[in-house]
Amino acid sequence: MAGVHISTTINGDMVEFACPQDETLLNSLRDRVGLTGVKEGCGTGDCGACSVTLDGRLVCSCLVLSAEVNGRNITTVEGMSEEGKLHPLQEKFIEHAALQCGICTPGFLVAAKVLLEDNPKPSEEEIRYALAGNLCRCTGYDKIVRAVQAAGKEMRKKRR
Amino acid sequence: MGHDTKFTNQEFKLVGTRPARPDGVDKVTGRARYGADISAPGQLVGLVLRSPYAHAKIKKIDISKAEKLKGVKAVITDADLPDNTKGNRDLLDILENCMARGRALYDGHAVAAVAAIDDQTARKALKLIKVSYEKLPHVTDVDEALKDGAPIIQDFVVDPRTKKNSNLCKLTTLGHGDIDAGFAEADYIVEQSFKTEQTHQGYIEPHACLATLGPDGAGELWVTTQGPFAFRSTCAELLGLDISKLKVTSSEIGGGFGGKTHVWVEPLALALSRKANRPVKMVMSRDEVFRASGPTSSTSIDVKMGVKKDGTITAAHAVLRYHNGAFPGFWGMLGAMTSFACYDIKNIKPVGYDVLVNRPKVAAYRAPSAPMAAFAIESTVDMLAHKIGMKPIDLRIKNAAKEGSRASYGPTYGPIGIGPTLDAAKNHPHMRAKLKKNQGRGMACGFWFNFGGQTCVDLNIGTDGSVNLIVGTVDVGGSRASLSLIAAEELGIAYEQVKTNIGDTASLGHNDMTDGSRGTFSSGMATIFAARNAIEVLKERASKMMDVPLEAIVWENGTAKAIGKGHSNMAPLSLKEIAAAAPKTGGPIAGHKEVVADNAGVSFASHICDVEVDPETGSTRVIRYTVIQDAGKAIHPDYVEGQFQGGAAQGIGWALNEESIYDKNGILQNPGFLDYRIPVCSDLPFIDTQILEIPNPNHPYGVRGVGETSIVPPLAAIGNAVSNAVGVRMSHIPMSPMRILKALDDA
Amino acid sequence: MRYEAPNTTKEAAALLAKEKGQAFVLAGGTDLIVRMRLGMTEPDLVVDIKNIASMQGVTRTATGTRIGAATSGAVLGENKALIKAWPGVVEAVNLIGSDQIQSRCTMVGNLCNASPAADSVPAMIAAGAKAQIVSPKGRRTVAVEKIVTGPGQTSLKKGELIESITLPKPLPRSGDAYLRFIPRTEMDIAVVSAAVSLTLERGVVKKARVVLGAVAPTAVIVPAAAKAIIGTKLDDAALEKLAKACSDMCNPIDDKRGTIEYRTKVAGVLGKRAAKIAFQRAGGS
Repeated sequence: MAGVHISTTINGDMVEFACPQDETLLNSLRDRVGLTGVKEGCGTGDCGACSVTLDGRLVCSCLVLSAEVNGRNITTVEGMSEEGKLHPLQEKFIEHAALQCGICTPGFLVAAKVLLEDNPKPSEEEIRYALAGNLCRCTGYDKIVRAVQAAGKEMRKKRR
Repeated sequence: MGHDTKFTNQEFKLVGTRPARPDGVDKVTGRARYGADISAPGQLVGLVLRSPYAHAKIKKIDISKAEKLKGVKAVITDADLPDNTKGNRDLLDILENCMARGRALYDGHAVAAVAAIDDQTARKALKLIKVSYEKLPHVTDVDEALKDGAPIIQDFVVDPRTKKNSNLCKLTTLGHGDIDAGFAEADYIVEQSFKTEQTHQGYIEPHACLATLGPDGAGELWVTTQGPFAFRSTCAELLGLDISKLKVTSSEIGGGFGGKTHVWVEPLALALSRKANRPVKMVMSRDEVFRASGPTSSTSIDVKMGVKKDGTITAAHAVLRYHNGAFPGFWGMLGAMTSFACYDIKNIKPVGYDVLVNRPKVAAYRAPSAPMAAFAIESTVDMLAHKIGMKPIDLRIKNAAKEGSRASYGPTYGPIGIGPTLDAAKNHPHMRAKLKKNQGRGMACGFWFNFGGQTCVDLNIGTDGSVNLIVGTVDVGGSRASLSLIAAEELGIAYEQVKTNIGDTASLGHNDMTDGSRGTFSSGMATIFAARNAIEVLKERASKMMDVPLEAIVWENGTAKAIGKGHSNMAPLSLKEIAAAAPKTGGPIAGHKEVVADNAGVSFASHICDVEVDPETGSTRVIRYTVIQDAGKAIHPDYVEGQFQGGAAQGIGWALNEESIYDKNGILQNPGFLDYRIPVCSDLPFIDTQILEIPNPNHPYGVRGVGETSIVPPLAAIGNAVSNAVGVRMSHIPMSPMRILKALDDA
Repeated sequence: MRYEAPNTTKEAAALLAKEKGQAFVLAGGTDLIVRMRLGMTEPDLVVDIKNIASMQGVTRTATGTRIGAATSGAVLGENKALIKAWPGVVEAVNLIGSDQIQSRCTMVGNLCNASPAADSVPAMIAAGAKAQIVSPKGRRTVAVEKIVTGPGQTSLKKGELIESITLPKPLPRSGDAYLRFIPRTEMDIAVVSAAVSLTLERGVVKKARVVLGAVAPTAVIVPAAAKAIIGTKLDDAALEKLAKACSDMCNPIDDKRGTIEYRTKVAGVLGKRAAKIAFQRAGGS
């Protein structure tokens, strides 16, 4: 079986790799590009731990074939902090103790960032439904929702 | 109140504050490395072939074709895992659970494993392994397994009463008093049967490890685990290695909840590595996690309780049947022990049955066995209250255990928190909030023992005065922050000056696992003593530096101060100054402590919950939830609240939707997060918490374990709330929409 | 496995027609890649249709709306005109999975996956949607209800693929709605579902279509349920008749997601509730 050669932009950097034609983006990101912040919890799109953005849209990287991403634009949790500074969501997740084990955290951060960019002032209900594709087994989501609310506030302040 | 202890009202500077956790940045940037996140040069991919049958004889395994496939470096079966257990049946059970030995005992039981150069090759190899099975009759239901004529799962198990071969592997009768006399005294008696279904810990990170084992018998294991030291000894014993020659490093752990206290693929990874002489990485798929790792028992419980008109519970009897999976455990025993622990009842008799079925070996899950028992007992307590027209909370307050009460499992309680949590619940605004149509409120109490155990820490002070604390308890949810706080508190320095690390098995003495809510309790205790030992060294060095007798040095606010005649003008020496001089005053400054941290204080909680039930669909929403629990002393309140909320959320999932469904062939129908329905963000409300602090007299700071109790009350609290909302007693967990609608139709 | 991403529908059809092994169309991949991962499907060829311009986006036509087969649920959910015209169809598509799934999943994928529980299918059928099918031999247009023939099975022949779905222009004073029952609030597969589309005349239901999901091998149209409300102002008696007609039409199975008894009962409940929403959307009172 011949592989495919992929040339794509990840977190702003041009990245090239080769992989089998049926390999998922999740496996390529983790095993070929070295971005192990993208986690695998289920491999079937049910847990959201592997969330990344693909041309700005939130996707489960386990449900994307790498063969599809030639010439596209991908961001992962590793691309969230800029110039050594944490993103407000990252800061608020730490400040609000919104993580316990931390395995779901990268996926939540990527999903919450997409949410706040689309909807800068979401209601609690909007946050809960927007994050329903990300499973957390440790926190009961309480502190996660509060961290997202706090980060939204912070980002709105900065925008002004 | 009777719960004053010598540790009440201690003044703390740092303990009780909420600083950022030391591993926070790693975990929000993707840098933190979990079980599947590292690789080794030349590593192979290991995969497991699993039984498609619930019960079968394995007649033959032909691995010859798989071995010949290009890129396959090792194939193993039970033949590669000889029995080194020297008659230790429990250990042999662990070995057989890791790899079937001539018979498959449940759907998903491992029968062979391969290591190959990549995933594709390993998958192909699995398909080339030919196993001939002879299907055997199976049983997956706990009540069916106890019936005469049920398929027998283990030949060595006999019914302790009849001495005949049976699936009853343990019978535990506890209690005190005379229940017949107690029931004779009662004005009302309530009898009710309950069932709960099998659940899974549902950690988001699947089991994963990277194993290296050479022909010299020395190896390394990187693994997601709650107990690197226990994994080391278990793996070493199963593979016939010297314990000291296997180094186990715990990765960051992506959730365990008890499910990562047991070995599954790790011995296989080591055996594959030994055979291939290359590193082998194994990562379970989600499907494998659900089929073959860590479930809880399903249960069938009968309760009988008697009460006087004035609310005195006179007698309590419970028969608690817990399935153990295919190997003997003690889960029914734990259920019996915890069942009536919240109450002071004169005559009680809990009886625990441990029962074998063709399901995976049951593993610990957060306060293992207690939630199901609490569901049955706390539902019955509500029924008693309704019988005599008393508020359920008042009945609970009247019968609550207190200091000096004889616990249902034997000992006499010291200062405990059940009474205070009930008082707090009674006074909580939640109790008075108005309910709307189709809504109901419920409450329940919960108990967990907590555990202390063997612990060992190192505290090393750098020449710049920063402190490295090395502990052997894995950080499952923020304990690095709590332990840093404790070290800083004792030493009198800033929190940021301490860095807590989790040591590997080669760098620290034995530590028991992070289970039994012991992480912060036991390592915290050892840290306090290690810091005090380091302070003694600091004082010695200061005495040298100041040329003052040691007896004249005291440690205050992070400084060594000389007291007494002639010393009043001497400037105190800071930890930093003493540390900087260390190379010249005697070398490195460190403190160590090894303890058996016994007497972890028992823990109690009371939960209140409101639900709304759609009577046409049976759908239930939790609309308000309050957790009130005794923490002894909350070191880092954020992470204490986190434990309360997380346990409650898991309990809510268990109560309403989580269930492993086996079909008539004994095959698991829902091995994935799509149909094993753990709560999603939009399912839950904010979970309010109230931390009570009734100090544990056996811990210098009064700490009690906090991790587990919060999962105990929710099943019953929600059961009571739903029953109140719909007017029908719910007795089968989970209370799925189908069960609720059926109960309404049948009523 | 071979991955191809042609630029025209014709090329895609030719690739599918030529392939001797197992060939699959890849749109959002939210079913196909899951099946590959679980080892349930081992394709020899996967044809990605997302680079085909005529398969992307929502366009207004003289007779209604045309939706390209590769258009994601998220894109549909952002289309205000479509939401105004067919709110029930859009809400049905948007119920498929999480936001992550919405970025990828498509109505046509949902249809061709041929699950009896597919969310968008009852709503499409209730709306009178049609599928444009392309093959190397030509094109044909069929009603959506003719596509699925059983669980996992469609009437599409080898080399055929759906290029687009068309929805008619809604008649004045019309409304549609879709409801499904799931145990959680998100992330589940429908246990039972109901779609209703109706048109009013002087406040009375003149035309109606009621379709149920997850209660039979395919989505089912329930003519008796439509009949029950036609000529009424959706009074309680009419709704009860509709509910009974829905329950009577059910031919479900017992499985891990629901019992026969439950599905049968709740089909009626959802039928009623969906009818009320559709009625309100049509301007009824």
